[in-house]
Amino acid sequence: MKFQELVFALQKFWSERGCVLAEPYDVEKGAGTMNPFTFLRVLGPEPWNVAYVEPSRRPADGRYGDNPNRLYQHHQLQLIMKPSPDNIQELYLESLAAIGIEAKKHDIRFVEDNWESPTLGAWGLGWEVWLDGMEITQFTYFQQVGSQDVKPVAVEITYGLERLAMYIQGVENVYDVEWTAGVTYGDIFHQNEFEQTSYAFDLSDEAMLFDLFEKYEREAVRVIKLGYVHPAYDYVLKCSHTFNLLDARGAISVSERTAFIGRVRKLARMCADCYVKQREELGYPLLKKSEVKA
Amino acid sequence: MENKTLLLEIGTEEIPAHAMPNILDQLKTSAEAIFKDNRIAIGAIKTLGTPRRLALLIDGVATRQADVSEERRGPSSKIAFDAEGKPSKAAIGFARGQKVKPEELITRDGYVYAVIHQAGRPTDELLKEMLPKIICGLSFPNNMRWGDLDFKFIRPIRWLVALLDEEIIAFELANVKSGRISRGHRFLSAGEFSIARAADYIADCEKNFVLVDQDQRRAMIVAEIEAVAKEHGGRAEITDDLLEEVLYLVEYPTALAGAIEQKYLSLPAEAVITPMRDHQRYFPVKNFEGALLPLFITVRNGGREYLDIVRHGNERVLKARLEDAKFFFEEDRKKTLEEHREKLKTVVFQEGLGSVYEKTERLEKLSSKIASMIKASDADRAHALRAARLSKADLVTGMVTEFTELQGVMGREYAKLDGEPIEVAVAIDEHYMPRFAGDAQPQSTAGRILSLADKIDNLVATFSRGLIPTGSQDPFALRRQALGIVNMLVEAQWSLPISELVDEAMDLLGICDDDRREKMQSDVADFMKLRLKNVLAPDIRYDVIDAVLEEVDDIYAVTLRARAVEHFLNAPDSARIVQAFVRAGNIAKKSLAMSIDEKLFEADAEIVLCKAFNAVKVVASELIAKRDYVGALEALQKLAQPIDSFFDSVMVMAEDERVRSNRLGLLKSIDALVKGVADFGKIVL
Repeated sequence: MKFQELVFALQKFWSERGCVLAEPYDVEKGAGTMNPFTFLRVLGPEPWNVAYVEPSRRPADGRYGDNPNRLYQHHQLQLIMKPSPDNIQELYLESLAAIGIEAKKHDIRFVEDNWESPTLGAWGLGWEVWLDGMEITQFTYFQQVGSQDVKPVAVEITYGLERLAMYIQGVENVYDVEWTAGVTYGDIFHQNEFEQTSYAFDLSDEAMLFDLFEKYEREAVRVIKLGYVHPAYDYVLKCSHTFNLLDARGAISVSERTAFIGRVRKLARMCADCYVKQREELGYPLLKKSEVKA
Repeated sequence: MENKTLLLEIGTEEIPAHAMPNILDQLKTSAEAIFKDNRIAIGAIKTLGTPRRLALLIDGVATRQADVSEERRGPSSKIAFDAEGKPSKAAIGFARGQKVKPEELITRDGYVYAVIHQAGRPTDELLKEMLPKIICGLSFPNNMRWGDLDFKFIRPIRWLVALLDEEIIAFELANVKSGRISRGHRFLSAGEFSIARAADYIADCEKNFVLVDQDQRRAMIVAEIEAVAKEHGGRAEITDDLLEEVLYLVEYPTALAGAIEQKYLSLPAEAVITPMRDHQRYFPVKNFEGALLPLFITVRNGGREYLDIVRHGNERVLKARLEDAKFFFEEDRKKTLEEHREKLKTVVFQEGLGSVYEKTERLEKLSSKIASMIKASDADRAHALRAARLSKADLVTGMVTEFTELQGVMGREYAKLDGEPIEVAVAIDEHYMPRFAGDAQPQSTAGRILSLADKIDNLVATFSRGLIPTGSQDPFALRRQALGIVNMLVEAQWSLPISELVDEAMDLLGICDDDRREKMQSDVADFMKLRLKNVLAPDIRYDVIDAVLEEVDDIYAVTLRARAVEHFLNAPDSARIVQAFVRAGNIAKKSLAMSIDEKLFEADAEIVLCKAFNAVKVVASELIAKRDYVGALEALQKLAQPIDSFFDSVMVMAEDERVRSNRLGLLKSIDALVKGVADFGKIVL
């Protein structure tokens, strides 16, 4: 199964189970959780089911394209279902079957992993799913996001696409993964990995990044005060990515780190509060629709 | 009465393995209490668990609640009966209120009582309320909600089985209705299965590939692992923690071995074992000489089919991890520890307390001080100081950044490879001991010196930020470290004043303010006192512990004093001697002065006592100085007889003030000498 076929199969699977199939969000981010389709939409009482691929940037994980497993940017397939269905584990296992992983032939385990994102003021309980000893998925029941209780509870399932593809294709090096016939992952991303890692570790302009962080932060606050949650949230994402770049550069000391994370969390919280209010004022449109359907 | 078997199965999504033992204990305790409250007799109670289920299986459950008679007190007999002995209005009213007839009231101790008989209700009816209560009574380290429910549990509840023999106990909880349908192994079974009778539970589970009894499952896991290890000519290292975790990760265990490429075995053993064990939950295998074999054992949650696929997958994962480890190891080796140490300048030790580099400088000075205190040899001193200098250098290596649990261990290995003396390498490793409750203590002299220095610095530094552990809050594991200090000083038989080390540590940390220094000393002493209490508690009487804890600066001496006093109290006439000491001590409280003027003695008994004291004092002081507290107590007890005679014939509170204070001075001196061993006033006779 080629990389893109893997993506199709999972998209098709979740699409058939009533999920909105969305595209990646176009602002840099460290994980699919930060996409507003997750971060904002899991808040409030409205139902929400969505699946999308998210290219996720983790500057500190870059290895100049030299490491067979570690990447500056990897791809997640992110699924959100709110409220979490009673048979979500079974659905998940069926989705693995849809990409050719038959549970009977493997050792699949749900190993405790309590997820927390201090930057997003978010935490949840769940597992990492192991396939023959390899972590392939994060499975989390969100309890809080943006420092707010998530009610109803949304379940988040994050597939690590590179790992799955390597496993399915039986290759030891991510750059050998076949994206489609005749084109490898390396053909597409290797140079990008090298350049992005070099930039993050060696070339970035610290002073400019600190300056940008401040500016993004100010703009986020200014816009949120006007009540415009979506543009404000874009700046929160930019703050977060800028912080990650500074962190990878080693420009932030351990004690400063906590303070920076606190600043981003505060912004995220403001957006969450604003979003919840906005949906209430709109009369929870998706809630009404689901009632009509019921 | 007829007996039945009760089954309650809570079907869940995978429960965290580490939480299971405690949950199963709670389930048992909570069930016992609730059955007792409800007056339902039960037989043997068993709790069973796998990742997906918690089960309660109780034999001999009475089918009815026990009847109960309760007596309720009414008015006094005087009011309850008129002159003819007939029930008064008050009695009739009381009887009506209690729903008994007036003639049924009984009289006792001047009051009338109504006896209320309450017939027991049928158990099945009561269980409908009891079972949800049992489930809701469980508490967890982390609770969660799911779906749109407010209900909280450790993981979502997906099914409930509740049977009293064949009968379903119907209730609803968290949107789930109880019934007789359970679920088998996720991948091996056909899915749902129906349980006809509670007593069939364990067998029915097994038919559906779930070994629900953890003891049976544990035995099977061990047998499987041992068989696989034997097949490969080795012995598996089965640690309790890992076994207990794996136990609650699988419902149907099958062990299998996977290969490790030989090239990774050139890494230090811990660097191979840690990713295997802590990250992958694999069991390492050693040959009979104790060397690591190039294989691992994993326990699959499933059967013997497709083992090759599972093996291959696990080998790939471990290979990637070991490849990382090898990469880090080789990168780290491009520099010596001495060179790595430079980078510690950029690592913050604790907020406001400088870098870890500066910490190592403090550790050198503290180690030097300790070496002097214990009169260490020149070699031991030199090794301790060198180890102190290098002690934290491995924190900035790639290996420890990736596998933090290898701190100290990698330091030891890198020190060896750098050509440092073996004593230095060992001390770097040992200074973190004990790493967890029940871990080994440092054994080498240099390791002990450095360990003590590091722990004192940690205590004083953390306390100086006001972070004294309270309740469950102890993020820096200071309790474990303080306990480590106590155990190590006892094991090493080192007598030294902790307060001087605390003083030195404060000097090095730049804590100058007198009030802060004084508070620090008393906080540390109090903290150590509690750890000492814990160490002594298992085999020393609590009153003896109290009697020696007044002065805890020399920790090793405190434990010796405690043991000497305990030994002394076992002697047949110790009570009399203790009483004499206490008597002297009580009256001595009235005096501050310890001066004695022999010319002022009038009575024979006081002259005899003073002579005895002078003789005993010389001997006892010498023994105390040598920390021979058993001998000291033997000497001191010679004072008991003269003390008794003194009190029998001498009036302490003489009218002449000089005579009086002289007598008090003598008693005070005796008391002070005795208190050098223990405060016998705390002893309960």
